[in-house]
Amino acid sequence: MSGDTTGAAAPMVRFRSVTKRYGELTVLDHLDLDVETNERVAIIGPSGSGKSTLLRVLMTLERIDSGVIEVDGEPLTHMEQNGRLVPADRRHLRRMRGKIGMVFQHFNLFPHMTALENCIEAPIHVLGLSRHEATERASELLTMVGLADKRDAFPSQLSGGQQQRVAIARALAMRPKVMLFDEVTSALDPELTSEVLNVIRQLAEAHNLTMLMVTHQMGFAKEFADRICFFDQGRIAEQGGPEQIFSEPRNERTRAFLRAVLEAT
Amino acid sequence: MELFDWSFAWDILPLLLRAAVVTIEVTILAFVIAVVLGLGLAVLRLSSSRLISAPTTAFIEFIRSTPLLIQIYFVYYVFPEFGVVLPALVAGTTAIALHYSAYTSEVYRAGLQSVPRGQWEAVVALNLSPYRAYRDIILPQAIPPVVPALGNYLIAMFKDTPLLSAIAVVELLQRAKIIGSDTFRYLEPITMVGLFFLIMSLISAAGVRRVEHWLKHRRG
Repeated sequence: MSGDTTGAAAPMVRFRSVTKRYGELTVLDHLDLDVETNERVAIIGPSGSGKSTLLRVLMTLERIDSGVIEVDGEPLTHMEQNGRLVPADRRHLRRMRGKIGMVFQHFNLFPHMTALENCIEAPIHVLGLSRHEATERASELLTMVGLADKRDAFPSQLSGGQQQRVAIARALAMRPKVMLFDEVTSALDPELTSEVLNVIRQLAEAHNLTMLMVTHQMGFAKEFADRICFFDQGRIAEQGGPEQIFSEPRNERTRAFLRAVLEAT
Repeated sequence: MELFDWSFAWDILPLLLRAAVVTIEVTILAFVIAVVLGLGLAVLRLSSSRLISAPTTAFIEFIRSTPLLIQIYFVYYVFPEFGVVLPALVAGTTAIALHYSAYTSEVYRAGLQSVPRGQWEAVVALNLSPYRAYRDIILPQAIPPVVPALGNYLIAMFKDTPLLSAIAVVELLQRAKIIGSDTFRYLEPITMVGLFFLIMSLISAAGVRRVEHWLKHRRG
């Protein structure tokens, strides 16, 4: 684990004993995880192990049942009031959400808006940018993801890979400190996967961003991530640098999982 | 023998047309209210707070489970006992609007629920306010598919306006009844009223189809 030895800066994202249940099922089980500023963490593991839930609770799409999540040094779903932690009100939640951006497996673009409109809606109405500023920023980002010529296309006129690149531009337009990628290539045809991964690669080079990525692309995880977390049954069963996890996994479950995944591909 | 007296029909036509204006006014006004109120009810019903959704659901189910005629009587005869005295025309229009808002709200609810959950997730991830989310993202996707269903309720409302004759609003049917009791001829006025509804319904249905067609062939 990348060291907390200095004790100086708080981690960008911190999970402390976070538990999330769906009825009987415990999806996150007293999970602890620190992600440093600008760190890139890839989260792997069998389906149902809680990987996506981790991102979803961080994006406040789901409530946690217990524990504390901190983002950028502040509690996410709670706030301090007279020295006590109380459930966050809407204002606090919205302010905290502004630090986080998310890209989804199924893109979730707004189908009635063009690529450009998708990318300026929130900057205008949430960040308060002028239409002109927002359009400029969005154009830059669409150029970065290689879709400058598609800004007036509707999502239905774009391929899956193109839609996902628009979705990445849309999330970046909000200038988040933390970006969450939830199986962003899983819904894509194999030949479209690389164009999306290339954009993320580029993003990692050009921007200082803390990134959490849930992925089944082991090759990409290995190359992209500073740290790999192997999830199993709502906990991190093993974590470490990509070299260690992929070459000499210590945990039996990790070994079994990697063996199965590598056989399948 | 000549059953239908054409010259009598001609004579009463202006009277009936004037009453038709009332019928159309009531329909349009009540429809506008039902379309706006129904949307509000649908949004409230889908609220995550049970404190809001439960009473809204109860209200909608109550309205849908009782006859419109009773609601018309209620607004006209019972409201005054609580100090709300409305002229017959206003009471009748209010009752029809309320009644149909319960139905349009169900139409909107179906439309809102047809918007994929991922759209709401994107809305949260982009931090849009609930107002912005509904206005810019959710409603533009939820409403177009339900416009035909709303249009059908416009026609249904139109055909329910004769119920207002029960509280003596002089709309088409009431006018026909008055003519009938004055002249002892019911055949012509009642037939003409029926024909008028037939023609207007056919025209409205054609209009609804046009809007439907237009919505289907928009951009995107």
